Amino acid sequence: MAKNQVRPSALPKWQDCEFGNILPYAGGAKEYKTGDWRTDRPIVDASKCIKCGMCWLMCPDACIVQTEGGTYDANLFYCKGCGICAQICPKDAITMVEEGA
Amino acid sequence: MSKRVVLEASHAVAEAVRMADVDIVAAYPITPQTHIPERLAEMVADGDLDAAYVPVESEHSAMSCVLGSAAVGARSFTTTASQGLVLMHEALYIASSHRYPIVMAICNRALSAPINIWCDHSDVMACRDTGWIQVFCQNNQESFDMTLWAFRVGEDPDVMFPVMVNLDGFILSHVTEPLILPDQDDVSRFIPEYHYRLALDPAKPTSHGCFGLPDIYTEVKYSQELALRKSRSVIDKGWKEFSNIFGREYKAVETYKAEGASTLLVTMGSLGETAKMVIDERRANGEAVGHLNLRLWRPFPFDEFRDAVKDVKTLAVLDRCYSFGGPGGPVASELRSALYNQETRPHVVGFIGGIGGREVDAQAFGYMIDRANEITEKGSDDLYEPLLVRGLESGTGVRG
Repeated sequence: MAKNQVRPSALPKWQDCEFGNILPYAGGAKEYKTGDWRTDRPIVDASKCIKCGMCWLMCPDACIVQTEGGTYDANLFYCKGCGICAQICPKDAITMVEEGA
Repeated sequence: MSKRVVLEASHAVAEAVRMADVDIVAAYPITPQTHIPERLAEMVADGDLDAAYVPVESEHSAMSCVLGSAAVGARSFTTTASQGLVLMHEALYIASSHRYPIVMAICNRALSAPINIWCDHSDVMACRDTGWIQVFCQNNQESFDMTLWAFRVGEDPDVMFPVMVNLDGFILSHVTEPLILPDQDDVSRFIPEYHYRLALDPAKPTSHGCFGLPDIYTEVKYSQELALRKSRSVIDKGWKEFSNIFGREYKAVETYKAEGASTLLVTMGSLGETAKMVIDERRANGEAVGHLNLRLWRPFPFDEFRDAVKDVKTLAVLDRCYSFGGPGGPVASELRSALYNQETRPHVVGFIGGIGGREVDAQAFGYMIDRANEITEKGSDDLYEPLLVRGLESGTGVRG
């Protein structure tokens, strides 16, 4: 007799999959942490920021947010570390730093 | 009242789409499918069909467009052939994975190169594993009937899969035959109003096109595979209901004069009619031969097929498509695979022919019967035998 190939798991079983993988609600991506894909992390020097908003505009995810003071910062829950914000910043206010370094 | 009319199969399909009261048609014209979208565009322009007609810029756009319309719950139709179908390819999987019951008529045509506008089954065979329900038609009446049936079955809450209706390019699409058009009330009874519970709606949001990470993709795909297999019972129920209302009977596997037959010719599509003519002649000569028409290709009707051939010695199978470097034509190799683990099974002899519009006539079918019987008697290591290739001696097979 072959040994049971199934491993115990708390994840959904095939019977629990949504029909057509269509979710009966919106905004599921909000819950999904893409921050752990990152190798480099953006560090913002707010003193150099001129509040032009280019980083907010160019960020391909929803991770650049405006602070109360009007400057910008990165929400690391979503930031994948692509570095576009650092590249586009006209004042070099954003530096990419290796995670764990 | 139903009425007897004379129509080419393309116009018959358009008529079925009109009677099914679709909400949207998105299609790009391609030979030999052109008359279907042309006729539907006319119907919409004349006010005979209350639907949106979207003259898209490509077949990929056609499929993408009906994906969108299906997502909001609109009854959606498209149609194509050949290069158009293979251009749609990546989007075909999106339709079946999302369980959108789109109906698509395919006027089967060869694939390039060399460019060729005539009939074979290479286009649909390239889409075999896209997760669509796939049926084949033998004549104009069937082209009309299968189009109606496709909406009924695809939209059933226990199915919810897209359906490809295959009709042979030119041989059916451009040939005019008499057929019976049913009463609109009967069609409306057969295809009830369609409500899609997961339709995109800002008031009640749903998320279509979600990510499937490695920790869930396996389970999602298994549930899709099982759902397509389980659609078999509704597929059969759909044909039963069809016959109750309209009087014409269809089955996944249809046999002709197969009672007591030791050899069966196996075909898909319009060539079944030529094959049956040859069977009539052979039966009149006292030969134990019959015909098997494989109407349903996906999900494959394993039980019915095995049952239909259980007392048969030889299957002479015609494939209208190459599987380059493979075990023979896709149909013959699937039939062989369906039978391999059976205790008793007929000998499967594959022929590849009728490609790019090359005629397979009565003489060729006669040859297939005799040659298949000969191979069953003498045995052969050949994978298949190409049919009617100039420069090849009769009886020359292709080996592995």
